[in-house]
Amino acid sequence: METVIGLNQLSVNLAGRPILKGLQCELRGRAIGLLGPNGAGKTTLIHTLLGFYPPSSGTAFLFGKDIRSGARQMRALVGYMPERDSFIAEMTCVHFVRYMAELSGVPPQAALERAHESLFYVGLGEARYRKLGTYSLGMKQLAKLAQAIAHGPKLIFLDEPTNGLDPPARLRMLELIRQIRDSGSVQIVLSSHLLRDVEECCEEIMILKDGKLVVYCNLEEERKANRKFLEMETQGDLNGFVEAINALGCEHAITGRGRIKIVLQNGARVRDLYKVAGASSVQIRSLNYKRDSLEDIFIKAMENGDGGL
Amino acid sequence: MAVYEHTYKPYSGEMTADWSRALVIPRHMFGAIFQSKLFVGLFAFCYLCPLVMAVLIYLHHNLNALKILNLDVSNLVAIDGAFFLSYCRFQFAMSFLLTVIVGPILISQDLSNNALPLYLARPLSRAEYVLGKSSVLGFLLSLITWIPGLLLFGLQCSLEGWSWLAKNIWIAGSILTASLVRIAILTLLAMAVSAFIKRRIAASAVLFAIFIMPQPMVLVIDQLFRTNWGSIVSLTQVMGDVTFSLFRVDRDDIFGFGSLPPVAVEWSVLIITAAACLLVLSSKIRAYEVSR
Repeated sequence: METVIGLNQLSVNLAGRPILKGLQCELRGRAIGLLGPNGAGKTTLIHTLLGFYPPSSGTAFLFGKDIRSGARQMRALVGYMPERDSFIAEMTCVHFVRYMAELSGVPPQAALERAHESLFYVGLGEARYRKLGTYSLGMKQLAKLAQAIAHGPKLIFLDEPTNGLDPPARLRMLELIRQIRDSGSVQIVLSSHLLRDVEECCEEIMILKDGKLVVYCNLEEERKANRKFLEMETQGDLNGFVEAINALGCEHAITGRGRIKIVLQNGARVRDLYKVAGASSVQIRSLNYKRDSLEDIFIKAMENGDGGL
Repeated sequence: MAVYEHTYKPYSGEMTADWSRALVIPRHMFGAIFQSKLFVGLFAFCYLCPLVMAVLIYLHHNLNALKILNLDVSNLVAIDGAFFLSYCRFQFAMSFLLTVIVGPILISQDLSNNALPLYLARPLSRAEYVLGKSSVLGFLLSLITWIPGLLLFGLQCSLEGWSWLAKNIWIAGSILTASLVRIAILTLLAMAVSAFIKRRIAASAVLFAIFIMPQPMVLVIDQLFRTNWGSIVSLTQVMGDVTFSLFRVDRDDIFGFGSLPPVAVEWSVLIITAAACLLVLSSKIRAYEVSR
């Protein structure tokens, strides 16, 4: 798969402060999640990729083009939905989306058609002749999405797209993002501090902390790799049980009082666990297959801020 | 993507040329500007002077019309440099009023709505954005200054003949240069003010202040320092003096006092003003401001 975003020791300083520090990775997924606590550098990374801020060292590539030299050609390929309110309040929504599409290079007549289509697609069809200043927060978010897709970009940057949305509007927004992703013609970079949003839409994630890349992983592969995680709640003395698990050749971790995580390995089966538990006089009260959730990955990343999981 | 399908489909049609992107901005701005009745009224009024002057030129060359109106050609103003200077002075005053109406909305609208990131996330540079916005005012002011001015000059030439043209061709150059200087300064100042002040009325007031307020200061400086150089703090006077010099009018004859600042100094004031405006625009026209 073609590399969508390549980061090559990318560092960015703003007002003399280092914001991004030596980011290095290649992202190829159809939907890439940018995660991190507030101030981690997610938005700065997007702005740098859009050419708003120059890299202080290193560089980045979008579809193989260096952002230092080909910013203009690159921006013709991208759509951007900013985090904050960005629109022209005095314009009607359809005029605004058309205007933005024209600025991206769509001819006037086609831009008008695309504006209507995009607004119907995001669900603002009936409200498209209203002035943007009269829109609710949810409608403004949808209008921002419409202007980001109207010109048919190859890559869309969505910066906190569900900010301020009520639950139905949030679900609608996530559904739209998944639909756009599944169309197969566009790649998405979704920046959010909401793990659920990223988990529901993205297949590849990048977690930033203090401007550093602390985790890069392919969620799909991670889920597959962790298929054999078992989480058990037990009662009784765990020492003998743990020794027996070791003897089975399975990795394990005690995560709380009576709680234990096990990776079934070397042909061990669940039945074997019950056998060794019985032999060690340990009751297994519950046993669940569990995948390492994004929350687990995120929490571990925040704890081991040095970059390791 | 058909409306009823409600599915996302990419755009696969042709794209416009790179150079034409900046032209999208004035096209959409004109639509918004001409919705204002105040603007349309003022814009129409701006053609009153060219119309009257065209009639005067016509009367100069139509004895029948003069006879009907019971006028003698000697009673009419002469069609010369002074005639076109008067035209320019009136139109320049009108151009200032248009600037006060249109100028403040050029950039402040985008800044107050935080729309700059949307512009600059597209294949449009900061310079193109400024060019696109300034072309709105540039084009409107051209329509009421040098374009009708040169048409009047052309009318006079066509009625008077080649000999008049050969003798007075410098007038065309003066109309064009004085107008372009005025347009450049008004546009840059309006854009810089618009980039600084987000409220339209406040921006209009500041533009008025920039041009009107220094007038009393000129008098104070001249009285205090017993000089005539106070005029360099007033852009209105500086631009007026430059216009006089372009129309080969001795300013001392008009104002009756000597040792005015040399024209080179006044050109320098205009260049410094333009540079300061560009500096302001360069610092304000950014997708996001970096707070220190």
